[in-house]
Amino acid sequence: MSLNSKFLKLLRPGRSPVHARSRIEIVNMETDLKRRRFLQGAGGLTLGVGLSPLLKTQRALAAGKAEAFAPNAFLRIGTDGTVTVISKHLEMGQGAYTGLATLAAEELDADWSRVKVEGAPANTKVYANLAFGAQGTGGSTAIANSFEQMRRAGATARAMLVAAAADKWKVPADSITVSNGIVSHAASGRKAGFGELAQAAAKLPAPKDVKLKTPDQYKLIGKQKLARRDTAGKTDGSAIYTQDIKLPGMLVAVAAHPPKFGAKLKSFDAAKAKAIPGVVAIVPFEGTEHSMAGVAVLAKNTWVARQGRDALQVQWDESRAYGKGSEQIFAQYREALKQPGLTARKDGDIAQGLAQPAKLIEAEYSVPYLAHAAMEPMNCLVKLGNGECEVWNGEQWQTVDQFNIAKLLGISPEKVKLNQLYAGGSFGRRANPRSDYLLEAVQIAVGAQKQGLKVPVKLVWTREDDMRGGYYRPAFLHQMKLALDAQGKPRALHVRMAGQSIIKGIGFDALIKDGVDITSVEGMANLPYAIPNLQVELHTPEDVGVPVQWFRSVGSTQNGFAGEGIIDEAAVAAGRDPVAFRRELLTKHPRHAGVLDLAAAKAEWDKPLAAGPAGTKRGRGVAVHEAFGSFVAQVAEVTVQADGSYKVDRIVCAVDCGIAVNPDVIRAQMEGGIGYGLSLALSGAITVKDGVVEQSNFHDYTVLRMNQMPKIEVHIVPSNANPTGVGEPGTPPTAPAVVNALFQATGKRIRTLPIGDKVV
Amino acid sequence: MATLNVNGKDLQVSGSDDMPILWALRDELNMTGTKYGCGMALCGACTVLLDGAPIRSCVTPMSVAKGKKITTIEAVHTSKAGKAVQMAWRELDVVQCGYCQSGQMLAATALLTSNPHPTDADIDAAMSGNVCRCATYTRIRAAIHEAGKTL
Repeated sequence: MSLNSKFLKLLRPGRSPVHARSRIEIVNMETDLKRRRFLQGAGGLTLGVGLSPLLKTQRALAAGKAEAFAPNAFLRIGTDGTVTVISKHLEMGQGAYTGLATLAAEELDADWSRVKVEGAPANTKVYANLAFGAQGTGGSTAIANSFEQMRRAGATARAMLVAAAADKWKVPADSITVSNGIVSHAASGRKAGFGELAQAAAKLPAPKDVKLKTPDQYKLIGKQKLARRDTAGKTDGSAIYTQDIKLPGMLVAVAAHPPKFGAKLKSFDAAKAKAIPGVVAIVPFEGTEHSMAGVAVLAKNTWVARQGRDALQVQWDESRAYGKGSEQIFAQYREALKQPGLTARKDGDIAQGLAQPAKLIEAEYSVPYLAHAAMEPMNCLVKLGNGECEVWNGEQWQTVDQFNIAKLLGISPEKVKLNQLYAGGSFGRRANPRSDYLLEAVQIAVGAQKQGLKVPVKLVWTREDDMRGGYYRPAFLHQMKLALDAQGKPRALHVRMAGQSIIKGIGFDALIKDGVDITSVEGMANLPYAIPNLQVELHTPEDVGVPVQWFRSVGSTQNGFAGEGIIDEAAVAAGRDPVAFRRELLTKHPRHAGVLDLAAAKAEWDKPLAAGPAGTKRGRGVAVHEAFGSFVAQVAEVTVQADGSYKVDRIVCAVDCGIAVNPDVIRAQMEGGIGYGLSLALSGAITVKDGVVEQSNFHDYTVLRMNQMPKIEVHIVPSNANPTGVGEPGTPPTAPAVVNALFQATGKRIRTLPIGDKVV
Repeated sequence: MATLNVNGKDLQVSGSDDMPILWALRDELNMTGTKYGCGMALCGACTVLLDGAPIRSCVTPMSVAKGKKITTIEAVHTSKAGKAVQMAWRELDVVQCGYCQSGQMLAATALLTSNPHPTDADIDAAMSGNVCRCATYTRIRAAIHEAGKTL
């Protein structure tokens, strides 16, 4: 049974028909229910509401008290009136908890101040991402795939509360209204809070169908400022991340890892480590195909464990390790690009299109490996039991992690319990399809158990472990030829690109089409511009040993840069305004055109950019890109000093993500996505030399800081289209917009990221 | 064994007094609001106040805190500036993942205590040692200005 066949009926994250009726069925939720605190306390209404499960929920509710707190639970209402939304999606900063709660609370007509959110446990059958067919968060799908599901959950709960009130007050249900958490009967003046009706509502059958509000009836969806549900705990130190979780008897593990990818443990001397007071055990682990080997030092606190780790003397077997460097990798890609690659897109006839052009642009673009560098380095708490394994983690891909851990331990995936915690960022890192750091934690826990330590083990990676541990955004090389006709219109674009596949070899066949990993070419294979002859080819080298993984916006991070760079070069070569040039080529893509128009208008593109201080040059650049079904355009303004140093002064951003469920979260995600894009544009690079990663911490992998943050304006396109995601799409346009602005200021075209401190 | 004065209380911590304050707080005193981010004073996630001044607790040994007062995120609201920071952070929904925000808030509290109405340049100078990978900088800046209005 492959992962693919079992779980991943996905076409592609973010592109799937997310509202398709689910095949999901309810299974026995008993284990999960047992873990729910609410069952131990006072009663209330637990609603299992979803797509097909409604009928079974109803049956379960009718079956008796134990099942009254029914399966497929997205919502609980306590007798104190507190509404608890169960989020199937990880909260890693992107606002999923607030978004899912908004959807449910909207239809429930809840009092927003009484709404709380909890992370769901792992249970694919109940909490699957409907865009994936597996439980996980990614591809900017949280709101899109939950839009109907969570509203139905709320509407069903509301109907049951109304029915309970109608029974109690002996009045027709349709004479009852609900507003801001209060159920009312106007004629009699009766009122009740949700808590007063919860127990009675729990005894009623769930309605088979409910009517959802029309957009004009929304009170919470689209509200400009709706307070995030996770702010309070994140501003008083009480929010719990994996780094913070502690169990009785728990030991902390800090591990020595090999400097080269693929190296194995040869031998080690732990005498000095063992001599450190507080060191409890030394646990070597052999690694797996996709997780590192190493030696862990276990202690009661992190500091002691780390000191023990640093005192280890370890010899590595590098006979099968990867030993090349970034320079050789790019040279290899350059060589590969001399040959045709696999075709990712073919419009018209590229040879004919490129023949005898009025102007021909030839350009090579490149981007390096990038570390996600979430503020919380990777970590994971594992407790082994009898034939089972319990994990505490900021879980981004439950189904896959369950499968990979189960495979390692030789148990069934249901025996792997995952407890959801906040993630201190992720940007894709915690959704590793190879579950690397989790498998490492499990191997260490198993090793400890073999030494008689039947205790929970928390693996803590240091920043250096995190930065050098692999699973980077892959480096990519693009070579492009763009032909303009005599009228200055693009007649042909030929793109050849090379870079490692994120998903080849792990059974995610649905993401590979005719040999092409669609995550490699997304953002280029679907380039929207009207170019009659357009060919995109991909080379996927399989002999590069640097582990790679998706990174905020995945393929669009490299393809947005290359695509919006070459189109800007074309506009310049054609002697055209970059906005007007793009606009003419987007007539069949109204949503691209819409964000481009809005960003240009708000940035006052039609007026000259104000001059900077004497001796400086200013410039303005634009980029537009679609990622995960959302459309973003950005206008960047820069000031360049005489010595080539520069500052990004302002970025004006327009986004079309369908219905704006939480406008303030959307603004925050654009601000953050732009900041993330600036980090990779300005200075982000992981480089490898002789198989060793050259960076280790924030001094040599520099990221955006306060003094570099430009002013940002975000404008949201009004829309009634179903919502799409915002976690990722803000990032891709930033680097090209900045590079295009620097070109306008200096006449220097940057085709290699990062830009560095100066434009020279 | 060392004694740390944390948020107004004298607390006993086992372990060598060259252990950084960060790990004393997190692992020994179970005050996990202060975060580990880099271990090298490069990111500011571990920022606490020592006699009101922001320090990177990941590289500051317990011995340095002898006879001094440590303030952590758990008590940020007990000072006027800290309360203003917390209110502004909440009002503007500054946080995203939130992991760096304890450090950001304490750095901001120290800034506003000495300079209640900082300029953008003052904010750049005081806050650029605190990394936020979610890049909430725009809102941090706005929240500092907002908090300053109440001081």
